[in-house]
Amino acid sequence: MVALTDFSVRHAAARADAVTVQGVNLQVRRGEVVAVIGPSGAGKTTLLHGLACALKPVSGSMNLLQTQPWALPRRALHQLRARLFLAPQTPPLPPRQRVVTAVLAGQLPRLSLWASVRSLFYPADLAAAQAALAHFDMADKLFERVDRLSGGERQRVGLARALVSNAELMLVDEPLSALDPTRSAQAITALVNAARERGATLITTLHQVEVARAHFERIVALRDGRIAFDSPAAQVTDAMLRELYADHEDELTASLEGAAPASDAVPEEDEVTRTMTCR
Amino acid sequence: MASSLTLNPPRDPATTSRWGALLLAAVLLWPMLVWTEFKPWELLDARSLKSTGKFLSTFVPPRHDLEFLTLMAKETWRTVAIATAGLTLAFVLAVPLALLSTARLSISSLTGRMAPAPYVFRQAARWLAIVLRSVPELVWALIFVRVVGLGPTSGVIAIAIAYGGMLGKVYAEILEAGDAAPTQALLRNGAGRLQAFFYATLPQCGSELVSYTVYRWECAIRSSVVLGFVGAGGLGQQLDTAAKMFSGGEVCTILIIFMLLVALADRLSAWLRKALG
Repeated sequence: MVALTDFSVRHAAARADAVTVQGVNLQVRRGEVVAVIGPSGAGKTTLLHGLACALKPVSGSMNLLQTQPWALPRRALHQLRARLFLAPQTPPLPPRQRVVTAVLAGQLPRLSLWASVRSLFYPADLAAAQAALAHFDMADKLFERVDRLSGGERQRVGLARALVSNAELMLVDEPLSALDPTRSAQAITALVNAARERGATLITTLHQVEVARAHFERIVALRDGRIAFDSPAAQVTDAMLRELYADHEDELTASLEGAAPASDAVPEEDEVTRTMTCR
Repeated sequence: MASSLTLNPPRDPATTSRWGALLLAAVLLWPMLVWTEFKPWELLDARSLKSTGKFLSTFVPPRHDLEFLTLMAKETWRTVAIATAGLTLAFVLAVPLALLSTARLSISSLTGRMAPAPYVFRQAARWLAIVLRSVPELVWALIFVRVVGLGPTSGVIAIAIAYGGMLGKVYAEILEAGDAAPTQALLRNGAGRLQAFFYATLPQCGSELVSYTVYRWECAIRSSVVLGFVGAGGLGQQLDTAAKMFSGGEVCTILIIFMLLVALADRLSAWLRKALG
């Protein structure tokens, strides 16, 4: 499914000589559910973008869905992207769009241009959008406008979009950064179950170590752009975590207390300062 | 003592350079004013003041008999029709130009630099827009008056071409000015360019695009007036005739109609922006 060998990738805004993720070797089987943890700035988001073919690797090889993405012609690479889904940490939703449209945008790669334009006038797959939102307790917001939603609600709309995408590989960046603990558990269960139901592979970066231990089979830990450990979730000990988060203890304790005030989490490696309107 | 604690306020270090720049601007501008024979006071000499005053005094009252107003209604309609038809054609021209030239919908530039072929293609679309708008609509109209003869057709074509280039350029810029993240996210997940446009770029920039288009419609109305002077018909032609005949009352009525039209376009734009919220 995913095989990275000596994989190095640089964050989009990084200087030319700074490599954010270095020499990563990683194999993920089809249907595996993997959490990527590590302190802020460890390169979690960059690794995810590398896996999503959103960043071109500096060196090393990547095998994704039985292909070498960067050896493909551009058109084939873009077709490969339709089989992946990258959900950024800040949900990229146009403020004036309705929730139903924002969710159904996840289906676009499967639709023809004509079908997708028609769906703007009358949503073609209302049932799918509603079902996906229902997983996150958001079914009643179907026809709400995105800019009327709170940060946490927007994040859940972004996750619902991931659910309708039917991608074989779901790459989700910090899905819980704006959610309270109850919502977090619900959201992560929905994501993991959806992946299991359709046999999709799920790779999620997480700040909440306890959530990673409770809901995922496997934990990959990053520190300073390298893999610190890669082990079954059940075998991850507190000592391993303490070593991983050395000098970043506040992130670990906040997370272990299970009360990570998610909205306070600093968005990691945010590429651009985002303005929500045009000019 | 308290007074010993009060410091001398420092001198603003920018003072010297500011005065210097001001002086330099004056030194550079003065010869230009002399060479271009810029003498606004000549407007105020007794003779020209008198003739201006005489012409202006005929403005009141504006001509408002039924016959003239009916004619004006017809010509106003013609002016609006020229502007609207011209702008519609310009829109049809501008949308593909904007979509072809905007870098926002580039798939190859998602991961670094844009690939060479798409880059050349986008530059070509950009240059086409430049060629279209670099010739003013008045000149286009003069050309087309020769080709299709006097009448509204040449005005419509002139507006369509010049405004097509302008709209194409500004649409592309508006599309690029907004937040890139929504469009990028869809493209990264394998959506097509037009799909990404309809689901991410358009909802984000829709009201900007609409208000700019309505503003251009307002400009087209004004522009069709000017085109009337070279024989494209409409209010402009009437204004030309009235001014040549020194009938101030008619000029005044026509100017009032212009103001009403522009105010109408302004209201329409405000209302549309609100509706699209």
